[in-house]
Amino acid sequence: MRSLAGSPWFGTARKRRGVVPQMSIAPEEVRKVALLARLLLSEDEVAEMATQLSRILAYMEVLRSVDTSQVEPMAHPLELVNVFRDDKVRPGLAREEALKNAPKHDGECYLVPAVLGPV
Amino acid sequence: MEKPYEIVIGLEVHVQLLTRSKLFCGCSTEFGAPPNTQTCPVCIGMPGVLPVMNRHAFELALKTACALNCEIAPFTKWDRKNYYYPDLPKNYQISQYDLPFSRNGYLEIRSPEAEGGRRRIGIIRVHLEEDAGKSMHDEKAGRADSRIDLNRAGTPLLEIVTRPDLRSPTEAKVFLQELKLLLNYLGVSDCNMQEGSLRVDANINIRVNTPDGPVPTPIVEVKNMNSFRAVERALAYEAERQYQEFLQTGKRLGEVPKQTRGWDDEAEVTRPQRTKEESSDYRYFPEPDLVPVVVTEAEIARIRASLGELPAALRERLERSYGLTAYDSDVLVSQGRPVVDYFEVLAQRCGEGKLAANWVQQEVLRYLNEKQVGIESFPIPAERLAELLAMIRERTLDTRRGREVFARMLTTGETATEALAALGFVDVSDEEIHALCRKLIAENPKTVADVKAGKIKAVGGLVGQAKKINPHVDPAKVREVCLRLIGELA
Ligand SMILES: [Zn+2]
Repeated sequence: MRSLAGSPWFGTARKRRGVVPQMSIAPEEVRKVALLARLLLSEDEVAEMATQLSRILAYMEVLRSVDTSQVEPMAHPLELVNVFRDDKVRPGLAREEALKNAPKHDGECYLVPAVLGPV
Repeated sequence: MEKPYEIVIGLEVHVQLLTRSKLFCGCSTEFGAPPNTQTCPVCIGMPGVLPVMNRHAFELALKTACALNCEIAPFTKWDRKNYYYPDLPKNYQISQYDLPFSRNGYLEIRSPEAEGGRRRIGIIRVHLEEDAGKSMHDEKAGRADSRIDLNRAGTPLLEIVTRPDLRSPTEAKVFLQELKLLLNYLGVSDCNMQEGSLRVDANINIRVNTPDGPVPTPIVEVKNMNSFRAVERALAYEAERQYQEFLQTGKRLGEVPKQTRGWDDEAEVTRPQRTKEESSDYRYFPEPDLVPVVVTEAEIARIRASLGELPAALRERLERSYGLTAYDSDVLVSQGRPVVDYFEVLAQRCGEGKLAANWVQQEVLRYLNEKQVGIESFPIPAERLAELLAMIRERTLDTRRGREVFARMLTTGETATEALAALGFVDVSDEEIHALCRKLIAENPKTVADVKAGKIKAVGGLVGQAKKINPHVDPAKVREVCLRLIGELA
């Protein structure tokens, strides 16, 4: 990869390296993550997830112990850059096709439970 | 009157780019199509699809950033911004987080309130992302469901974030007008707020002057402003509201969480909007389906060279080259490049910038506004109008008659000379006018005495008689010559 280490463009990326790894994760954190992912977990599942997530974080802790100060951040696993397409219109889906998978529609639009103002 | 506080405003502007197809798929971006007729598996988030970046969209984005004096990142990537909303079918928006393609720019505006009349408004960053769809809810019809149209989902969008450098609601409006004009000149966006191709949110707080120094109030994000006028009014309202709230509660920045308020255009107030506390937790992570983009110095140089003359430089050149006032150059440049081009031909051919500017602003623009057409549909070519203006400039034709000739040229398509002849206007020489005036003065001693006694209006009698004797004379000129000759009488 090109040299980006120390580039000011990477400042925020460095600081943003996720939650501070800890060996265990609290049930309320599991509930928050579940809510963000719109997952409804039972209390048993919360406990189970807390254990599993803690184990994952513990593994991350191993990675964290490696000295990466001389390693450039990786933006993408492929060495490829600049993949573009031309600005050409192509036919898309017929409306019936597009709406077909929706649980509810009126032939023109998808229908969803009322959206009133920003959530 | 000095306000007891200073206003601090930063704007977040979203503009749709003028591409034919969407950012990551080949669906059309044309506005106004029936709902859900411009979608495909990519933009409605079907599993297994892959986005591919629209080259033209990225170029337009680079163009904008260069015109906004931004640094262009040599390396840029895209990220997923995760949130759940019915108009966002993938449940994430492809956006840019830590490596936006540009940052640290500015736009200079002409601000009557600023020292020197100008101010540089800092641009924190410009990044390229995809738009969401549209959700519609008809509360009056009492519908149980909201309707979702995904035609807009995936349209290329630029997010432009300013520094909190704006110091008044008017300045915020002027900034938006200047930004819109710039994007129009670049051909990057049509910035139509009605069609949603330009959207603005604002962050605003005030610094209240107190005996202990200025105290900042909590920052409020104002949304739902649907016109530049609404932006100005919403921010003026919000500043005053914050001041009143500060007087009552004394709450300062940091003591309450950031609030979002929506502008109600009819009631002319801002109202709190519901926000979920975790809504800011977007859990960005790199978009694995898009590879990064590398921009070389050569490409940036090529883009910079392609920008053309931008509004600020154009105004200054018009003022310099044609002796226009700031007001005149601003009116002309705001009309867009084709009107400026018309003006330039007119000014060069008729030989007087100020005269050409007046005629474009008064006569030409009036016609365009009345007919709701652009300059390309204006019936009189600049060269022909220049012929007319040259006559006016050389005073072989007075302005009043010039307008009559102009009106005829508009409808008949004749040249100025043809229209002049058709109207039967005959040029009356200065000698003829002088001879006529001398004759009238000699024949009307009472009128002359009245004028000499200070009843200047009495000269109108002489002008009336002159018009009867020779209908082709310019009344203004007769008046002027008569008054001068009378004044010269001992
Ligand atoms: Zn599509």
